[in-house]
Amino acid sequence: MVETSSRQFADVVVAAPVGRVDHHSVGELETALLPLVKTAGDGKGVLVLDFAGVDYISSVGLRILMIAAKELRAAGAKIAVANLQPIVAEIFAISRFDRVLGVFPTVRDAIGQFSPAGLVAFDGARPPAAQ
Amino acid sequence: MKRIRFWGTRGSLPVALTAPVVRDKIVAALRGASGRTFGSNADIESYVDGLAFAEVGTYGGHTACVEIETGEPEYVICDLGSGARPFGQAALARHGPQSPQTYHIFMSHVHWDHIMGLPFFAPAYIPGNRVRIYGSHPWLESALRRQQDEPSFPVDFSFLKADIEFVHLVPDKPHEVAGMKVTTMLQRHAGDSYGYRFEANGRSIIYTTDSEHKLDDPMETESYVAFFRNADVVIFDAMYSLADAISVRADWGHSSNVVGVELCQMAGAKHLCLFHHEPAYSDQAIDAVLTDTRRLEEITRSGTPLKVSAAYDGMEIEL
Repeated sequence: MVETSSRQFADVVVAAPVGRVDHHSVGELETALLPLVKTAGDGKGVLVLDFAGVDYISSVGLRILMIAAKELRAAGAKIAVANLQPIVAEIFAISRFDRVLGVFPTVRDAIGQFSPAGLVAFDGARPPAAQ
Repeated sequence: MKRIRFWGTRGSLPVALTAPVVRDKIVAALRGASGRTFGSNADIESYVDGLAFAEVGTYGGHTACVEIETGEPEYVICDLGSGARPFGQAALARHGPQSPQTYHIFMSHVHWDHIMGLPFFAPAYIPGNRVRIYGSHPWLESALRRQQDEPSFPVDFSFLKADIEFVHLVPDKPHEVAGMKVTTMLQRHAGDSYGYRFEANGRSIIYTTDSEHKLDDPMETESYVAFFRNADVVIFDAMYSLADAISVRADWGHSSNVVGVELCQMAGAKHLCLFHHEPAYSDQAIDAVLTDTRRLEEITRSGTPLKVSAAYDGMEIEL
């Protein structure tokens, strides 16, 4: 089972799925991402996937990310992935997804790469100790 | 079934080592030998055998041709890529031209890289040999005849003097051939391709090349898992990385090492053999794919380990 929460910082949508993304649960991720891709695409903004809570992703899950990336790029928007757990980072490397999607150590790094306004909003929303 | 022997393992187009690549291998081997002394040929061979495969060997460059040794006197091969030429030469060298043999040839499809070996398959020219060519495409015979028509080739199909017969295999229906149960399955590829399941004496081999396994349709995935179920060896088209297979090379009709691992794990297969290597890949690149695939199997394993290998021209797998 995969549950996905989301937050918005200026033109940046941060989606945070939690769980194991495989052929059983991929539909849940796909359904959750659909409106978020639309929001980011309509605003020509950025969709950042916070993968801190994802402990596995199979090829069907990666396929969903590729479809989202194509839609976002076609709309003039961007996509990035952050906070990969070590196993998921290896899966990204072995599948060469780290060469076609921007992968960042933290959500803040990803936002900072693409959206100054989003970074200000992100930093402003966090308690000082967390910055 | 006793053994699998690979005569051609490349995808799309035959390739050959170039002089600079051979030079690089020699340089690397000599660099590794720096400071060593070799007292005998055995010492030298021991050193060479300890080098990495990509340094001292090569995955080879012939296109698809795989032999299955059944233990019976009749030959069984899959596809007639350029590897069919050395296979035919080896068979003739073994028996001589005066000893008629039977060859059962199972065709995945008739794209060029899978049929180009037939005009150079010497046993097909020798009267007395029996050649049975099996497949599920209605145009199998016409495609093989056509490639030898003028002006593409100077030797017409009619010059093949063996007793040649084409046998249509109905997909999903088991057929008995050469002591094996043979079942074909439709695969996703331009013009269609067919995968094979060979079973005999409690052993099973899957030959699935030129097949794009998307895994996005659960019913389709389940049908492949059932086809692969508990196979001893799965010879799998792992031509592209997953990222390429679902982006810039989507719908090109090939699969990835990642999908190979997933399907074999779901099916409880014992051995995944990466096959139909991208012709642009160097030996080092294929080595890297093999290392990555073994690591993926390790970090995603939930049951019995899946053995992973990468096929090379001349490789044998004992069953």
